[in-house]
Amino acid sequence: MPVMSYIQAITTALREEMQRDENVFVLGEDVGKKGGVFRATDGLYETFGEARVLDTPLAESAIAGVGIGAAMYGMRPVAEMQFADFIMPAVNQIISEAAKIRYRSNNDWHAPITIRAPYGGGVHGALYHSQSVEAVFANQPGLKIVMPSTPYDVKGLLKAAIRDNDPVLFFEHKRAYRLLKEEVPEDDYVLPIGKADIKKEGSDITVITYGLCVHFALQAAEKLAEDGISAHVLDLRTVYPLDQAAIIEAAKKTGKVLLITEDNKEGSIIGEVAAIIAENCLFDLDAPVQRLAGPDVPSMPYAPTMEKFFMINPDKVEKAMRELAEF
Amino acid sequence: MSKKDYKALGLTEEQVLDIYRTMLLARKIDERMWLLNRAGKIPFVISCQGQEAAQVGAAFALNREKDYVAPYYRDMGVVLAFGMTTTDLMLSGFAKAEDPNSGGRQMPGHFGQKKNRILTGSSPVTTQLPHAVGVALAAKMKHDPIVSFVTLGEGSSNQGDFHEGLNFAGVHKLPVITMVENNKYAISVPLEKQIASKTVAERAQSYGMPGVTVDGNDPLAVYDAVKQAHERALKGEGPTLIEAVSYRLTAHSSDDDDRLYRGSDEVEEAKKKDAIITFAKYLKDVGVLTDEVEKEMNEVIQQEVNDATDYAENAAYAKPEEALKFVYEE
Repeated sequence: MPVMSYIQAITTALREEMQRDENVFVLGEDVGKKGGVFRATDGLYETFGEARVLDTPLAESAIAGVGIGAAMYGMRPVAEMQFADFIMPAVNQIISEAAKIRYRSNNDWHAPITIRAPYGGGVHGALYHSQSVEAVFANQPGLKIVMPSTPYDVKGLLKAAIRDNDPVLFFEHKRAYRLLKEEVPEDDYVLPIGKADIKKEGSDITVITYGLCVHFALQAAEKLAEDGISAHVLDLRTVYPLDQAAIIEAAKKTGKVLLITEDNKEGSIIGEVAAIIAENCLFDLDAPVQRLAGPDVPSMPYAPTMEKFFMINPDKVEKAMRELAEF
Repeated sequence: MSKKDYKALGLTEEQVLDIYRTMLLARKIDERMWLLNRAGKIPFVISCQGQEAAQVGAAFALNREKDYVAPYYRDMGVVLAFGMTTTDLMLSGFAKAEDPNSGGRQMPGHFGQKKNRILTGSSPVTTQLPHAVGVALAAKMKHDPIVSFVTLGEGSSNQGDFHEGLNFAGVHKLPVITMVENNKYAISVPLEKQIASKTVAERAQSYGMPGVTVDGNDPLAVYDAVKQAHERALKGEGPTLIEAVSYRLTAHSSDDDDRLYRGSDEVEEAKKKDAIITFAKYLKDVGVLTDEVEKEMNEVIQQEVNDATDYAENAAYAKPEEALKFVYEE
């Protein structure tokens, strides 16, 4: 089994889907000749040509809107937003259009578009190259939001997103791109959208998170294990709509729940996770549900001191997990 | 009155009569919707009145068996020409379950019907333009010999999606025709406060495509312009922007009172150029339409609108729980 980085898993999934289905094509800024600013589409232009690996004008609303139109015609567009922070001009197309096309046409039309975007901080990206934007879209029925944490999940979930008959936002943690590597099967596998995944079984505390923070939780869990504390780690993988059954099961399992996001705390995905637990698990809880998140400031500052202060890291996660275990 | 000779455009007597009949049908359905609204039977109307000539003239220049259209909320003439029926439109007016546009989910004027290649539309303006460009891109990729046609009001030509979409189409030389139906008003704001350039058509220059302004009260002039654009598109010569200038004869919608911002003299003046009247006169002058045919046409349409109204009024609403369906694929 080949060892693959997170970003190689993306390129592999794109390549395999483009080979499998001639209706799949990618469009975005710099995705063609350059192969993407992060090189996620590296080599696709050479293999599939200009028509299927389309360098677009620098205009995000057009990237989304043209993709939506092509999807309605029967194509499988994979649109890239260069940074999740730059998705904002396309919000009208995503929320007013893509999310509502099936519903508003009473199932007559649908728009199977995948929109990929690198998100997340810890890369000296400052305010506009670091944001987590999932919460902006996470109360828009009609959309699905996938945020994988491992190369294995990336390949299976990106394939699922492309094959999905509804619009999917696929957010990739840019710091994970080259940081995370693991063995990824060569075969054509698909993972289910809408299903969370237990990344580690445990019995004392439950951590529910997604994206890069899954790794911080797993690292911290190893340290806690040395002290005899067993942590259960649930990776949401799809942050909208949430896998409620998996969340409830994971919360009930230990009765002590820590929720983690790199996003600002208020109004984030984990607030909804907390509400699901509050509605369903009150009598199973042995401690108040804890949230570890970025501070409620507009975005991550550039200077390393302030960036580090904002970012979630293994030490912060370990501290929060220990406190919860000791409650 | 048209300055064009329909025969020189390659149109038959039958076709020009069909153009007129479709314009008249759109007008009569629209008038009925207003009556129903004022009688408290339907909550909302947004009108095509004054723009039927541009809509129908354009639609007849397209391939109505193959091409895709992304209409905006006034385009009753376009969707009728593309196969939507009077009953379909009345079902939409009454928000009934059988409404093919949305099953009663959207306000009237939010067209969409896949079997007739009418893309589904929304209320935020101009979002349909990039969709039409996307259809053209997809068709080009698949080597399908079709054209996509998108319409919008002149106010919408200020939106980012107008400029982003046209530029994309221009860069990739896509088979898409954009027709701006310039009815001189964006709700209450007149043209001169909307657009800094002299015409909407000249905005095309920036996007590497021809931009033409035509008389939107003359269906044959619009037909001619769209026909030429269609030929260019099919030959791989790229997109065209067409500005069809007419006038909005009604208030913006049933919730608007246009007396607040424009004089009745202006509206009366515009009514003299109303294509329903002037095109009928043209057809009579060239011997295609007679008083007798016109009378019969009106009677048939009247009956059609009556039947559709009765049918839609008596049709069932969607069940309440239907509101939960089709968020995602089921």
